[in-house]
Amino acid sequence: MSGKIAVSLTVNSEEVEAFVAPRTTLADFLRQDLQLTGTHAGCEMGVCGACLVLIDDQPVHACLMFAVQVDGCVIETVEGLTSRDAITDLQKAFHERNALQCGFCTPGMLVSAYGILSSGKVPSREEIRDALSGNYCRCTGYEAIVDAIERTVGERWRAKVAEEEA
Amino acid sequence: MKARAFEYVRPQSVEEALRAFGDADGDAAYIAGGQSLVPALALRLQAPALLIDIARIEELHGLAVVRDRLRIGATTRHFEILNSELVAEHAPLLSKAAPFVAHPAIRNKGTFGGSLALADPASEFPTMALALDAEVEIASFAGDRRVAIADFFLGLYETALQSGEMIRAVHIPVATAKTRYAFDELARRRGDYALVGAGVNAEYDGDRIERIGIAFLSAGPTPMRARRAEAILTGSRLTLEIIREAQEALDVDLDPPGDEHTPVEMRLHLARVLLGRLLGRLEARP
Ligand SMILES: Cc1cc2nc3c(=O)[nH]c(=O)nc-3n(C[C@H](O)[C@H](O)[C@H](O)COP(=O)(O)OP(=O)(O)OC[C@H]3O[C@@H](n4cnc5c(N)ncnc54)[C@H](O)[C@@H]3O)c2cc1C
Ligand code: FES
Ligand code: FES
Repeated sequence: MSGKIAVSLTVNSEEVEAFVAPRTTLADFLRQDLQLTGTHAGCEMGVCGACLVLIDDQPVHACLMFAVQVDGCVIETVEGLTSRDAITDLQKAFHERNALQCGFCTPGMLVSAYGILSSGKVPSREEIRDALSGNYCRCTGYEAIVDAIERTVGERWRAKVAEEEA
Repeated sequence: MKARAFEYVRPQSVEEALRAFGDADGDAAYIAGGQSLVPALALRLQAPALLIDIARIEELHGLAVVRDRLRIGATTRHFEILNSELVAEHAPLLSKAAPFVAHPAIRNKGTFGGSLALADPASEFPTMALALDAEVEIASFAGDRRVAIADFFLGLYETALQSGEMIRAVHIPVATAKTRYAFDELARRRGDYALVGAGVNAEYDGDRIERIGIAFLSAGPTPMRARRAEAILTGSRLTLEIIREAQEALDVDLDPPGDEHTPVEMRLHLARVLLGRLLGRLEARP
C-alpha cells in the first residue's frame, strides 16, 4: 500500500517529473529529492517560517504541504529567486545591514520579504513587522531585518518614481 | 516527526470525494488547506489510511451573494476573505477578523471550511460565524443538509459533522444599513492565538439595539455566544449602566480555560474589558 504517486510541477522554472510517497512533505521533497537545500526545515509545524517557498507566487510553508498536493503548481525557492535576480537588492541590503547571523531563518525571511515587495504597496515599518509575524529569528532581534526590507522597499519605490518621471 | 504512510487521492467533485470516504470505511480524512491537518499528521495525533484532497474541487470554492446571504464556499482561503470587496460589503465583521487569523503564509492556504470543521475554540472565523448566525451547508451520501451554526459546535473540536460528511459552504446573512459591528482580540504577540477575542454584530433601530450577536473565542470549549449579555442589550440604548450589566453577565455566559499563565479570572476580566471596548466602537458598514 501507499505506493508512490507521479507528480509534475515547475520548480525554479524547470519542469520536474517525479514519483513521491504521499507522506513526503514539499520541504523534504525539495531538500532531499531535488537537493534544493536553501529551503530550511526547522519546526516542521508551521511555526518558524524557515521553510517558506512560493507556490504560484504566494509564500507558503513547505513543511505544511505534501509534495503530492503541488502537482501541476509552479514552485519557486530561494535558489530560484536568487538566480533570476529577483531579490539581489534585498540580499545586498541584508548583507550590508547585518540582517543575518547564523542564516537559518534567512531563506524564509527573504521569501516573506519577496511577498511584501511584490504586493506593490509601500508598507510601513509596522506592516513589515506584521508580515514577518510568522518568521522566527533566534539571532538578530529582527530590527536589522526590518531595516533591510524597509530600505529595499524605499529604494524600489524611488526607482519606480524616477522611472515614471523620466 | 513524520506522518505515518497513507494513500492520497484528489477527486474532481464532491460526489467523488464522498464516495472515496465511504469506500475507505471511515479510515480517511479530507484535506483542504492542510494547515492544521498536516501538523496533526506529523505529530501522529491523526493517522488516516487515506487523504482525500478537496482543495481543488471547483464547486467548493468561491464567494457569492445569493439573495440575502453571502455564500462562502468551503475551500475559500483566508487571504481571499481578507481581500474580498464582496465580504467587506456584506459581512464586514469577517473582514475585520481576517487579519488576526494566523500569519500571511498560513492565510494563503488555510480555508474557511477547514477552520469551521476543525472548530478550534481559539479560531476567529468559527466564532464570527457564530456571532453572525451563519448556516452550514453539509454534503453527505444521505443528501445535503443545513445546520444552524448554534447547533454546529458541540464540544471541544467536536461538530455536528458525522463521519464522511463534508462542509460544502457557509451561508451568512448579509449586513444592512442597520448593521453595526466590531471585532478585536487580545494576544501576547501579533498572529498568535488570542488570550481572548470577540466579535459583535448588531442591528440598530434608530439608537436602540434591535438584535445583537456577541461571540467570544478562547472563552470556552467551543466558540461561545454571550446570550445573557445579548438579552440585556437587546431593546436598549447603550448606556454605561447597560454596558456594565452586560459585562457582568459574561461571568455566566463564558467558561474560559485557565492555566498558570492565564487564570480563568484573568480571561474573564479581559473578556469584560474587550466587550466594553467593542460596544464603544461599533461601526456602520463602509
Ligand atoms: C502556526 C499556525 C498558526 C495558526 N494561527 C491561527 C489563528 O491565529 N487563527 C485561526 O483561526 N487559525 C490559525 N491557524 C489554523 C489555520 O487557520 C488553519 O488553516 C485552519 O484552522 C484549518 O483550515 P485548513 O483548510 O488548513 O484545514 P485542514 O488542515 O485541511 O483540515 C482541518 C480539519 O478539517 C477537516 N476539513 C477540512 N475541510 C473540510 C470540509 N470542507 N468539510 C469537512 N471537513 C473538513 C479536515 O479533515 C481536518 O480534520 C494556525 C495554523 C498554524 C499552523
Ligand atoms: S519548518 Fe515550516 S514553519 Fe518551521
Ligand atoms: S540569523 Fe540566526 S535565526 Fe535568524
